[in-house]
Amino acid sequence: MSKFLVPLLAFLLLVGLFVIGLTKDPSRIPSPLVGNPAPEYALPSLRDPDALVGSADFAGQIALVNIWATWCPGCRQEHGFLMELAAEKIVPIYGLNWRDNRPDALQWLQALGNPYVNSAFDVDGRVGIDWGAYGAPETFLVDSNGMVVHKHIAPLTREIWEQEFMPLIAELEAVQ
Amino acid sequence: MKKLVLMLLSIGLVSSYAWAIDTGEKFEDPELQARYENIIAEVRCLKCQNQTIKDSNAFLASDLRREIRRLLEEGKTDDEIYDFLVARYGDFALYRPRASGRTLILWIAPMVFLLFGAFAIWRVMQRRMRLPIDDDAAEGS
Repeated sequence: MSKFLVPLLAFLLLVGLFVIGLTKDPSRIPSPLVGNPAPEYALPSLRDPDALVGSADFAGQIALVNIWATWCPGCRQEHGFLMELAAEKIVPIYGLNWRDNRPDALQWLQALGNPYVNSAFDVDGRVGIDWGAYGAPETFLVDSNGMVVHKHIAPLTREIWEQEFMPLIAELEAVQ
Repeated sequence: MKKLVLMLLSIGLVSSYAWAIDTGEKFEDPELQARYENIIAEVRCLKCQNQTIKDSNAFLASDLRREIRRLLEEGKTDDEIYDFLVARYGDFALYRPRASGRTLILWIAPMVFLLFGAFAIWRVMQRRMRLPIDDDAAEGS
């Protein structure tokens, strides 16, 4: 009996590790930005190429930064919820239009509504890289000190909002 | 003969594909070019996780290649470039994550398993040495 005990335990340990591994989604990579200052940026506005928008716009306030693009199916999926969120006016949403083209993006906002205070136009993806973006949609919660508090990869939903974002926002507001 | 022709043809296919991915200009300095190629073969494309940014034609990979090229031109060291990537994408962005507090287990675990295996073999051998020598088997050999 004891002859088999050690291999059996080793086997069970491996099975345990694999089971844990299987329940994790490898496409969700924890961001090293969380707990660090949000990357600063200033880019042409999506709406007006001559105006600069960027991190200065949400300095000193709790805000969402949402990375989106018209080529991104998940962005269309979450757009309805972003519209609801914008209407509730809990936190302002700042868009980073990532690797997109202007006419398509403007058309998208016209057709589906614009939940963003403004959208920065990151045509060559440089600011996206500073934010560690690798798959839109990505949503960051930034606090009033300009620190990234949370990052969500994949479309936002009401459920995720209530579970992940609301408690953090309540905490941040309590401190203020 | 047919096989050989087919092989040669397929080599042609593969190499032209490899050329097509990195469409950026080469560095004039061969040393910089070598460093550049070395770095892009070490960085994971996070959009297509089992490829390096050297092998991937995803736009994220080409953006990252462009940034690495820019950093090299600015005179950054390899370590500074890896730091740049890890600060944005985490240790996972490097195919060979550097030894740090967070990645320690990755580096130690294989050695632990190796030691464990060596110990197991040693135990088995010891036990077998204590067994009486089987005369029949000895004669057979």
